[in-house]
Amino acid sequence: MPDRFIYLDHSATTPVDERVVAAMMPYFSEIYGNPLSVHRLGRKAETGMEDARDKMAKILNCRPDEIVFTSGGSEGDNLALRGVALASQQLGRGTHLITSPLEHNAISRTAQQLAGVFGLPTTFLRPDHRGNITPDILREAIQEGTVLVSLMLANNEIGTILPIAELAAVAHEKGAYFHTDAVQATGQLDVDVQKLGVDLLSMSAHKFYGPKGVGALFVREGVPLLPSQTGGSHESGRRSGTHNVPLIVGMATALDIAYAERDQWVPHFIDLREHLIDSVLSTIPDVELTGERHDRLPSHASFVFKYVNGNTLLMHLDMKGIAASSGSACKTGNPAPSEVLLALGYDHDWAMGGLRLTVGRHTTHADIDYVIEVMPKVIEGVRRFSRVSD
Amino acid sequence: MPTVVVAMSGGVDSSVAAALLVEQGYTVIGMMMRLWSEETAPDLTGHNRCCTPEQMNDARRVADMLDIPFYVLDTRDVFRNKIVQFFIDQHADGLTPNPCLACNMHIRFDWLLNNALALGADYLATGHYARITQSAEGLFELRKGHSLEKDQSYVLSVMTQEQLRHTLFPVGDYIKPQVRELAAKFGLPVASKHDSQDLCFLGDGDYRRFLREHGPVDLFMSGPILNRRGEQVGTHDGLPNYTIGQRKGLGISGSGDPLYVIDLDRQRNAVIVGTRDELGRDRLVAGRVNWIAGAPPSGAIRAEVKIRYKAKPAPAMLEALPDGRVKVIFDESLRDITPGQGAVFYDGDRCLGGGLIQRVEHLESAAISS
Repeated sequence: MPDRFIYLDHSATTPVDERVVAAMMPYFSEIYGNPLSVHRLGRKAETGMEDARDKMAKILNCRPDEIVFTSGGSEGDNLALRGVALASQQLGRGTHLITSPLEHNAISRTAQQLAGVFGLPTTFLRPDHRGNITPDILREAIQEGTVLVSLMLANNEIGTILPIAELAAVAHEKGAYFHTDAVQATGQLDVDVQKLGVDLLSMSAHKFYGPKGVGALFVREGVPLLPSQTGGSHESGRRSGTHNVPLIVGMATALDIAYAERDQWVPHFIDLREHLIDSVLSTIPDVELTGERHDRLPSHASFVFKYVNGNTLLMHLDMKGIAASSGSACKTGNPAPSEVLLALGYDHDWAMGGLRLTVGRHTTHADIDYVIEVMPKVIEGVRRFSRVSD
Repeated sequence: MPTVVVAMSGGVDSSVAAALLVEQGYTVIGMMMRLWSEETAPDLTGHNRCCTPEQMNDARRVADMLDIPFYVLDTRDVFRNKIVQFFIDQHADGLTPNPCLACNMHIRFDWLLNNALALGADYLATGHYARITQSAEGLFELRKGHSLEKDQSYVLSVMTQEQLRHTLFPVGDYIKPQVRELAAKFGLPVASKHDSQDLCFLGDGDYRRFLREHGPVDLFMSGPILNRRGEQVGTHDGLPNYTIGQRKGLGISGSGDPLYVIDLDRQRNAVIVGTRDELGRDRLVAGRVNWIAGAPPSGAIRAEVKIRYKAKPAPAMLEALPDGRVKVIFDESLRDITPGQGAVFYDGDRCLGGGLIQRVEHLESAAISS
């Protein structure tokens, strides 16, 4: 087996930046106080946490008290959808939700549950083949009782970036709130909530070189939100539970670094991504880029290979020392065609064969050259085997 | 060193196999097949099943301890189509199949072996109790495992030279207690687990219920119980409810000699019964024959034959018929020759090959008696 290990799965998670680790360290065993405590150790922890909130508010261009700390992206998505939908129902403002089949499961499964258990109907918009959703598509679906539209800023599986500002404007025309899942986008794209015009935005620290298990949900002042987790009224009653101060400090540090260094990293990502996409498309037959060619997440390259099982492909790439992912892959041996690829109109010959390669700060041109060198042989081998075994 | 893919089940045998190969210096890759199995009701714990999440976690933990890659392969479709369907079809024909034979032929040493070779491996290893040797002429030979009561060469009798060339059985040289000791020595967390069972795809171990739910609708149609003279002596409630040699539960009243099931006649949907004497048979014909050496022996040979996995080897004469089938004449009559099961041939501890026992429409048919 090769000694080489090339990590191209940064959309799954990123390593924690050493500067982030250093910022977190004092909050484990020295400044371990509960930020709600009255005593000095509590106050010190509270200061660390509120400094973190201030830092994040600057980047999001919002007020600090519009940021709710969560355990990550899924919780943020859940709280946004449940919180607004159930509060609106309670207030008698309407019950209709709009989202798309390309959203992360944290949105789609939550919408399914809100429909099935709480009787709140959801309309799933129809994206085009590249995963785009235009303001007109949204305008047609929006109704009198629509209370919330949730569409992601950059897609996790295919990288397509949606015109969130225009879409949010359409929602607001009809009096609906707008949530965006910015889990993939944060750290690479502008997350200024005023420019985006969104009412809610969720993010997760481990996607931008912060720790796992912590995230944030921006909730614009005045947006009704029924808490999902009740208790000691932390976060102004929007999310109860003792604050995870070290992780919150880590998240703010990571976000700060990401936006301070964005002009350095984003061109690097795009450079690597373009090289990868051009080479794969020109050297391998029966392959398509999924998502938009240019208007996509800087770090994100995604493909679909005809007659290839994504699970088998990942195994072969792992053997070559390349860490990648696939929308249809599953570690327990029951892969299913990617729901996203099916929604984009790919048939079963294609929809098992998704591959996502996402570059990061440590990815080099030599890494990409190696991937480009081994990829055609790997694909050929996987295809030859699938034909024999069918 | 060569690269070996180990088929891991999470059980003790394949875990020790993987550990031995790592110790011997091979480059080792763990793989587990996710096979098709029935969805079980929540109250059924699925003790009988393979590839449950727990077993997957056990295998993954062992692979992690050994610091080898581990992958789970989706084998559900090919297993459902080739093995489970074969099981159903054979029963529908009044036969009693051994799905492990079919699985080793179509899945483990075909689909999985090809997967391993495609990944760049030189060998596939499994935790079977059997051994592979090479003759002076360079032919690969399949031999019984050292532990005779654990020997699994019966279900491996379908293997070809090409498959044996690429196969390793690392635990075949050991007996089960030694394997458990090795597991403890390697610190594997599986040392105390029980052996797995056949018919891994059943939700609850009840194959008759499975056939009722998944087989053809007329499979459990009731019909006559006939004696050898064709006289009806009772009524049965579906052929799959009976096995050759069965005496109890026939519901036949009357005195006289006790009656045994001697045949299941799918064409007439009849259970054929007879006396103990009529049950015994000294010959069979096997079809779909595989000779490990690649070709049948010339002329009739003496051999020992196992007519089911746990049967005692019985001395017999073997004769390869011109059409590829094999006629077996036992020195003494056997009572439970069951069409559909494998007849596996041995010369001492060397497995010569085997075939599937065919239904005999007329016991005195030409092929058998000539």
